[in-house]
Amino acid sequence: MKKIKGILITLIVIYVATAFLGENFLGGYNQGKLLERTGLYGLLGIGVAFVIITGGIDLSIGSVVCLVGCGVPWLVMKQDWSPEAAVMMAIVVSMCIGLWHGFLITKLKLQPFVVTLCSLLIYRGATRGLAEDQSQGFGGDYEAFRSWGTEAISVTSKFGIPYPFVILIVVAAIAWVFLNKTIWGRYLIALGNNEEAARLSGINTDRMVILSYVICSMLAALGGLLFILNGNSAQPSDFGNFYELYAIAAAVLGGCSLRGGEGTIVGVVIGTAVMQLLKNMINLVDWLKSHMEFLIVGVVLLVAVIADEIIKQRVRRQR
Amino acid sequence: MEEPFLEVRKIKKLFPGVVALSGVDLWVNAGEVVALIGENGAGKSTLMKILAGVQPADEGELLVDGKVVRFAHVQDAQKAGIALIHQELNLADNLTVAANMFLGREPGKFGWIDQGAIGREAKRVLEVVGLEVSPDTLLSELTLGKQQLVEIAKALSTEAKVIIMDEPTSSLSMSESERLFDVIRELRESGVSVIYISHRLGEVKELADRVVVFRDGENAGMLERDEVDHDAMVRMMVGRDVSQFYQRTEHELGEVALSVRGLRTEEHPSNELGFEVRAGEVVGVAGLVGAGRSEMLSALFGARPALSGEVSVGGREGLPRSPREALERGLALVPEDRKGQGIILDMAVKENMSLASLRHAARGPFVNVSKEEELVAEMTAALSVKTPGSWQLLRFLSGGNQQKIVLAKWLALKPKVLLLDEPTRGIDIGAKEEIYLLMERFASEGMAVLFVSSEMEEIMGMADRTLVMHEGRITGELARENFSEESIMELATGGNVNEAE
Repeated sequence: MKKIKGILITLIVIYVATAFLGENFLGGYNQGKLLERTGLYGLLGIGVAFVIITGGIDLSIGSVVCLVGCGVPWLVMKQDWSPEAAVMMAIVVSMCIGLWHGFLITKLKLQPFVVTLCSLLIYRGATRGLAEDQSQGFGGDYEAFRSWGTEAISVTSKFGIPYPFVILIVVAAIAWVFLNKTIWGRYLIALGNNEEAARLSGINTDRMVILSYVICSMLAALGGLLFILNGNSAQPSDFGNFYELYAIAAAVLGGCSLRGGEGTIVGVVIGTAVMQLLKNMINLVDWLKSHMEFLIVGVVLLVAVIADEIIKQRVRRQR
Repeated sequence: MEEPFLEVRKIKKLFPGVVALSGVDLWVNAGEVVALIGENGAGKSTLMKILAGVQPADEGELLVDGKVVRFAHVQDAQKAGIALIHQELNLADNLTVAANMFLGREPGKFGWIDQGAIGREAKRVLEVVGLEVSPDTLLSELTLGKQQLVEIAKALSTEAKVIIMDEPTSSLSMSESERLFDVIRELRESGVSVIYISHRLGEVKELADRVVVFRDGENAGMLERDEVDHDAMVRMMVGRDVSQFYQRTEHELGEVALSVRGLRTEEHPSNELGFEVRAGEVVGVAGLVGAGRSEMLSALFGARPALSGEVSVGGREGLPRSPREALERGLALVPEDRKGQGIILDMAVKENMSLASLRHAARGPFVNVSKEEELVAEMTAALSVKTPGSWQLLRFLSGGNQQKIVLAKWLALKPKVLLLDEPTRGIDIGAKEEIYLLMERFASEGMAVLFVSSEMEEIMGMADRTLVMHEGRITGELARENFSEESIMELATGGNVNEAE
């Protein structure tokens, strides 16, 4: 609770400020849209949080989003696969990607940054080749399939809780239990803090690191699937661009330390919400121009990290 | 009476959870060799770091030549004429001797290094310390002993008036040590003061003009040249007679618990190690730094798997390939580098204690919280761990309590063989005694205990039997009745003493 206090306060402050400054912010449509975006990006954030907790990084998330986001409609529309088969394929491929990353990082001792940087280029390039750089989508077909990304559980006539957000809550709950209640979660945090001590305590640290990359890639794939079901159009050259950075930023805002060993799932979800709220604020508040988005997000992130570090050092000195 | 060149008055230093120094005094006259001795954790290294400007004191005064000084950086101390030679050498392997000596203060202009000046000056100083190598030699081509002399040359080239040496002989051979002593004597002649930190009381006796003893961050006493003798030093360091400090009881030895044959480690692939340890036996492993003792324990525990060898634990054959395999066979390792390998500083007492045995305190994949708490309460009581609560992060506990938690982590698994690597390094004297009592208790309960130690007292006090290693080989084995500092040192430096003599 202590760890997420700061980010929770940030969320509330930005929320209230936007409610006063922005037009139509509190409207049902806008609120639903906010939840939907949080749901989509939050899945990526939770995924990368697992990797960050081990002290690693995954830069390939956006490209995995692209691969799945373009690959699934390509399989369904161009190769006449059934949606179920295409989804299975996405699951298998993303699992293999995670295993591959984990293998290179633990067994060949390559640096996570380098491995996933190469992956970032490779998967996007492969997707562009596969789709011949053509935009992919379902057109007007497969409405039932697409409803996973577009529908909402109605609350009022204008406001509903979008499916992607519901899916995020389910995934977050499972991730929370995994991290806080199981021995594997304990092992992950332990090895993120001190891999050698964890290994000497009889923990198969390599296996846990590999697992974290598999979780990350599979959640990126789930995110990619929901993004394409939601948007129904994916351009291989830019679909998912920079999404890994949004995910990493949300995880850091939510209290993950890139040194490893630290992070909470609730924090990451709130961190994602803060990121989406900022974007929303920039859209709705007149005097904030949309080209200022990166500037504002960057400054907020930096301030958050500085505040966090100062508080930590103060706590340490007091003891 | 002459004014001391360097004086330390009532220096205090606190670290989280530990009082490292609680008001110590020390002075050094020009051209004097002062030996500073004390057990690990007595505060010697902390004081030396303060003197060298590595870290500031919390309270107290530092006087150089009668004037109060404050060192904010290492450079300040260097300018005042104080140089520290760390126990672990601070040299860059990939640079030349000359480049190392002038690292960070290269003569020259606008970032352009005056190589000629470096070479000339390096050559001059190397002659002073009697090291006959070219200044252009790569450091990695020198033996540890010669590298040590390079460090001293480096200190001299800063025009140091006081050179602090922190256990300089811990990795030197006998002849290299002798050479070092000669250099120290020459330095004394030329008016340079030396603060000499060592655990080797024999050396201290040979070299020191005066001996200052620290204990638990306080001055425990001082001996003038003519008062220096072994027993007096030990009494001051330990605070009582050693015979009470190491309590061993006679008990029956059981079956062979650990049997090792033909063990080859990565570091010394041409040497085969073999020995046995019986249940209830405490076996020490003595030797100099770099003798391959830690590597042997790492190999036994599967931390850095051995190249080959036969290991049998409690009758079960097989060479452990990973720590996991080792602990399944009943081995446990308390590693040398506690903070790096033994504990997780930013996790709680509870989580550290249960880390190795969590599998057994689990319901399916879920941590069984009540069982975990039970185990932690039991271990905290059994090892009398002092902590405000099981939620406390290890960062805030003393070294002794951290070490007990490493032991607790293994005890829950009831190991047959306990391997300990420098079990009392960096912990205070009270905790040290507790660790010894625990080792004795584990042995009397039938555990086989194999411990590596660089402290002669500890080996002679605790071991039933001692293996001595030198350059990757076991050069001898001594039974308790044959223990003597001389016999162990001779084996540790490669001399030959026949077994069971």
